[in-house]
Formats: sequence, structure tokens, C-alpha cells
Amino acid sequence: MTIKIERPVLKWHENLYFPAIWGGIKVTSRHFWKTVGNWISGKKYGMITSTGRVTMEYPEEKWAVPNEYRGAPTLVKDPDGRIKCVACQLCEFVCPPRAITITPEPIPGQLPNATVEKWPKEFEIDMLRCIYCGLCEEVCPEEAIFLLKDYSFVGESREELVHNKERLLELGGMRQDKIYKWKNK
Amino acid sequence: MIADAKSTSTPMVNLTINDRPLSVPQGTNLIEAAAKLGIHVPHYCYHPKLTVVGNCRMCLIEMGTPQIEPDKKSVLKPDGPPEITWMPRPQIACATLVSEGMAVRTHSKMVEECRKGVMEFLLINHPLDCPICDQAGECRLQEYSVDYGTGGSRFVERKVKRPKKVELGPRVTLDDERCILCSRCVRFCQEVAKDDVLGFTDRGGHTTLGCYPGKKLENNYSLNTVDICPVGALTSSDFRFQMRVWFLKEARSVCTSCATGCNITVGSREGVVYRYTPRQNDAVNSTWMCDAGRLNYAWINDPRRLTRPLKNGQSAEWSDALPDARHLLREAGMKGQLAIVASGRASTEELFLVRQMAALFPAAAVDIVGRTGGHDQILVSADKNPNTSGAKLLGLATGKLAEIKKGIESGRIKTLFVQGENLEKAGFEAGLLAKLDALVVLDILPSPTTQMATWVLPGAAHVEKNGTFINGRGRLQRFLPSFSVKGHAHEDWYILKELLPEAEHTQYHSFHSVFEAMVRETPALAGVAWEGVGDQGTPLDLKL
Ligand code: SF4
Ligand code: SF4
Ligand code: SF4
Ligand code: SF4
Ligand code: FES
Repeated sequence: MTIKIERPVLKWHENLYFPAIWGGIKVTSRHFWKTVGNWISGKKYGMITSTGRVTMEYPEEKWAVPNEYRGAPTLVKDPDGRIKCVACQLCEFVCPPRAITITPEPIPGQLPNATVEKWPKEFEIDMLRCIYCGLCEEVCPEEAIFLLKDYSFVGESREELVHNKERLLELGGMRQDKIYKWKNK
Repeated sequence: MIADAKSTSTPMVNLTINDRPLSVPQGTNLIEAAAKLGIHVPHYCYHPKLTVVGNCRMCLIEMGTPQIEPDKKSVLKPDGPPEITWMPRPQIACATLVSEGMAVRTHSKMVEECRKGVMEFLLINHPLDCPICDQAGECRLQEYSVDYGTGGSRFVERKVKRPKKVELGPRVTLDDERCILCSRCVRFCQEVAKDDVLGFTDRGGHTTLGCYPGKKLENNYSLNTVDICPVGALTSSDFRFQMRVWFLKEARSVCTSCATGCNITVGSREGVVYRYTPRQNDAVNSTWMCDAGRLNYAWINDPRRLTRPLKNGQSAEWSDALPDARHLLREAGMKGQLAIVASGRASTEELFLVRQMAALFPAAAVDIVGRTGGHDQILVSADKNPNTSGAKLLGLATGKLAEIKKGIESGRIKTLFVQGENLEKAGFEAGLLAKLDALVVLDILPSPTTQMATWVLPGAAHVEKNGTFINGRGRLQRFLPSFSVKGHAHEDWYILKELLPEAEHTQYHSFHSVFEAMVRETPALAGVAWEGVGDQGTPLDLKL
């Protein structure tokens, strides 16, 4: 079904745009004079950056993001060095922009964690697709995928911005584990 | 049809399920009776094609019979319906047959409590394997946990450990911890596969499924146990850990490995086939299929698949390939130097188009390549072509293959059209094919024959197109596409009709127009409609 949204009918003076431009100038000048006032009285500008300045020298300096921030999804290992992901592919299923591609594989018998039976042979997250929604972290039954605070990735090609298993594990590092669910399998 | 005849002769029994009246043939059990009303009675061990053992207790229901006075009249309630005496204990629906006046409750408080209890017991020693378990997504234990379970667990003791990753045979891997001891697999081996190899050892929570000493689960039907296992205990070693089932797109198809034509479901994702599973058709394969047919799909995913026309081995364009191939066939046909090798693996519609081509050149010899092999008394038939009957119906199975071979040897046949066959296996050596002036091959994979070809025209696998096969018993069955053709390949009907003279091929503008033309021009198919064939096929009256 098509939903038709009516555009508001503008009055003649609104159609002139001057009132809107004037409104914008008012806001800008209010901030300008406030800043000038603060500067003259020597007050700090409200803590926008860690240095207290309004601007910052990005990328040498970066935003201090809050703890709840959702940055790049990464894969983690447990304190024993086991890749926690068991390639259940739930994150691949839930990911809204389909950024995740997993190739599952049985763990070869001779490895110490072979009792877990299954792990990802390859695990790719396309960071050009990822929308940092955190659903993968939410859905993971193994607490194997976490959104860390990194948000800025630079690459010279599209391929470089597809994070593979190695890169994801390197970014994710180690996490404490309370359960060690698979240890005594 | 047989079932219909039976049901009219068996007396009907009236009963009520959840106060809804219903009439079913005598001898129906309560799971099936409830299903007729669309009521699902959860069950694990019951399987409609196996004997009833009643050991899982998941199907418990409450049931009662009408109160009878000494004069054998039922006691009526003041408002009319008969007074029911409810049994104080729940009954299992799978082993309870309907009886006159019976009343059943499938969702009462008692029943719900029972199901909660059964689920709790089943999960006591069950591992938390869902993330790595192939059954997840189609697991009865998961489904019933959500629908009828308690959500939490009160069990704080240590879970019993049982063997994991046990290879029961070359194709089946068992995880004993996940087994709920329903014994479906045991009964399947005894009753259907007639190969009694599975059994339980130990007692209570330690009961373990395994093969008898010195035996293996290696019969040609072993993978059916994986299908009927309601949980992830039995897994297919081939499909194990390859793909989660919820990603699989399912298409209704027919197995191509023999003339039985078992109905199957093809599970694929993004153009890759991951598994075949049997689809119920009581007129053909019940709910089973053989392992050989089930595992015969890897060729579809073969990276060597032909995706472009080839001229003498070099990649070419369709715009050159089709007119040139058409011209070659026509020239040779006119001079009586053409022969056609059709395929018993092609769909009936494709064979129809081959016949149209052959009809243009009455002098051209046509035949299919026969394939025979072992057979058994269960499903496998000796004819390894899925559509020999179709070829026979259209008059393409003539037995002239040897004659064609001789014709090439003697130099009488100078141009050969081959439909999806590797002629080396039929005894056509490379040296023989080299004698030809032109060889046009429609195929999907490179073979010694395509290597010799003047033109290779890449076609589609059966999972990439619509079509029908006629099985060994004359049943016309449809197969539907799972995904579209690979690369620049085309569906075979399109290529075949393009090889006909231009005046002929304009009438075939879609697959369905080919199907309709085939029905129109084949008396044995009179009255058959694509929709009418349905998912269960339609029996034809063939006198082959
Ligand atoms: S954060 Fe969201 S978009 Fe990014 S990988 Fe996870 S589920 Fe996909
Ligand atoms: S949901 Fe978790 S365990 Fe499952 S595949 Fe994703 S990261 Fe691995
Ligand atoms: S059998 Fe079912 S419940 Fe058990 S681990 Fe497998 S998916 Fe989960
Ligand atoms: S392996 Fe599966 S089918 Fe066999 S008894 Fe156990 S649960 Fe039932
Ligand atoms: S289905 Fe009735 S007891 Fe198992």
C-alpha cells in the first residue's frame, strides 16, 4: 500500500525563506556571543573534548566514546585462547545489512578444543555494510562477538574493509569467561 | 486411490476432540485423528510409517468414554450431549485407537502439566549443543520446548555424559547425548531397511544407542534415520556442519538417480545445493529415499560447470553459437548425415523438443544412452535414467545407438547432436568422434565429448529449471527450480527450441508453452495440466 504524505502548505511569508534564514542567523549568533562571553570571562567551554577545546586535532586526537558505544564488531577468545565462536551462524542470520559471511568447519580432531566440534573456517564482516547495530552481539549464544569502541577504519580498497577472521580476532582480543561451557565436553 | 477405496469400506467411528465432533475410519490413532481437525498432538516416537511403540510419552492426552446405562443407552447430560467418564490418568495418543463416542482433550490442564513433565525429563541430561547442532532450526525438542516446555531447569546435578561424534557407519554420525531414545531409527532399520543393526545398551539415564558388535549402519537407506530422528542425535556426515538449515531455500524436486523418481526437497543457498531430503509421496517413495540418490548432488556445485558457449574449446557468444549450430544441424539433416543422441536424464519437455528436431529430418537416427545398475526390493530401480519412460513415450528410445556408432565409423553420419551425455561411457572413443565434421553438444559439465565438440551449448541442471520426468511406473512428476542458471548458460528448452528452424521456434516462447505443445501433441498426455500434475505427480496410462 502506498502511504501518501501531504507536504505542509507554506504561507506566503514562509515561502520567502527569509524568516528561516533569520532563524538560523539568530541561533548562530547566540552561540557566537555566548562563546565570546565565555572567552572574555575566562570560563571553560563546557567539556566537549578531553582538552576542553571546541575543536580537536583528529585523527591524532579522538573522541572519548562512552562505555555503551557500539563500534566495530569483533571476535573474542577465552582466557585459554579458544576462539569462542562456534560458527552457529545466528549472527549471520540476524545481521540486517547482511554484513557477515561465515564458512563453518569441523574442528580437526587433534586440536585441544576439538570437543567443541565446530568453528568458523572463515568469518568475514564487511565493514562497508555493517551498520553498527549490535544485533550480532545480542544474538550470539556463545558471547563470542562484541562491538568494541573502534569506529574508524581506513582502507585503500573495498577488500581491505572486509574484516576476516584473523583481523576480527586481533581486534577482539581476550575476554574473561565465567562458564567455560565447552571445557568438560 | 487405494487409500480411498479402503476408507469407504472401513466403518467410520464418531468421536469428539476438544468438543469438536469428527468421524474417522476405524483403526485411526488419536494423533492422526486430531491432525484431521488441524490439532497437533506433540510426539517424538510415533512415525506414521513405523510401528507404534509408545515410549516417549510426549503424546499424552486426556480421554473419556460415554457413560453407559445397564440397558446400553448412553447417559445424556441435561442439555443433550452424552455424559463422559474421564479416565483419571492420561493416555498416549499414538497407541490409542478411536472408538465410538470417545471424547478427547488435547489441551487440558492435566495434558499441559504432563507435557511439561515429559519435556523436563527429556532435557535433564540433554547437552546445550544447539549452537553446533545440525538439527537446530528443525528440532522437535527445540520446538516443543518453546511450545510446551517450562523454560527453566530445576536440575542442578551433573549431567550424564554419553559418547559424542560416534561414526555409526560411513554416512551417519551419532551424538548419543542428544538422543531421546525414541527408537525411530531402530525401528526404521528393522522394518523398512530390513537391516537390523541398531539397538540400546545400558539402563536409565545411561541408555546408549549404538550398533550391534561387529555391525555398522551402512545400508543404502541409512540416511533416512537422520531425517526421522526428531533431534540432532543422528546427523548426516555429508551435511554435518555445512550450513544451518534456516538458510536453506527449499524447492520441490525429483531425484535424478534412477527411474523410481523419489520425490525430494532440494535445500540450497545462494546457488549452492547443500542437501536433498525425501518428500512424502505414498505412490512413489513413501517418506524415504536411498543414500546413493541423496548424495548425488555434488556435480551441480562443480566449479567446472559450463557457463559460456564454446566453439572448438574457445569461449564464444550465444549470438554466434545458436545460428551456427542450427545451420550445421540443418545442413547435415538435409543431406541425411545427422544423428541425435538424446538423454534419459533430460526432462520430458526437452525430449519433446529433441523429437521435434528429429521429426524435421526423418533420415536421422535418434536414441538415448541407456544406463542400468543394481536394484533392490525397496526403492532403487535398475534403470538409472530418471526419464527413460519419457524418452520411450516420445519414441526416442529406439535402440539405434550401435547403428549411430557404425554410421559414424562408416562415414555416413557426419554431424552428431548430443544432449547431455558423455559418449565415451557409451563406447564412442575420441578417435570415433574425431571422424565427425561437426559435433554439437548440449551439456552442463565438461566431458571427453564436450572436448571434441564443435559447439558446446551450456544448459541447466534440473535444480535450475522447470520440468517433468516420467518414472519407471509411468508417473509424470514435476521438478521446480531452486535457483537460476549459472553464468551465461541457458535453460535447455530455450537452447533446443533455438536449434529448430526459425519458423518453428517462435511458438515456444516460454517453458510452459513447450509443456503445452507437448501435451497437445502427445495422446498419452491428453488432459494433463502443469498445475494439475501438482507436487505428487500424476499417473499416466502408458503402454510402453
Ligand atoms: S553490528 Fe549489526 S550490522 Fe554490524 S555486523 Fe553486527 S549485526 Fe551486522
Ligand atoms: S552468533 Fe556467535 S557463535 Fe554464532 S557464529 Fe556468530 S559469533 Fe559465532
Ligand atoms: S537436538 Fe535439538 S535441542 Fe538438542 S542440541 Fe540439537 S538442536 Fe538443540
Ligand atoms: S538416535 Fe534419534 S531416532 Fe534414534 S532413538 Fe535417538 S532420538 Fe530416536
Ligand atoms: S508418540 Fe506416543 S509415546 Fe511417543
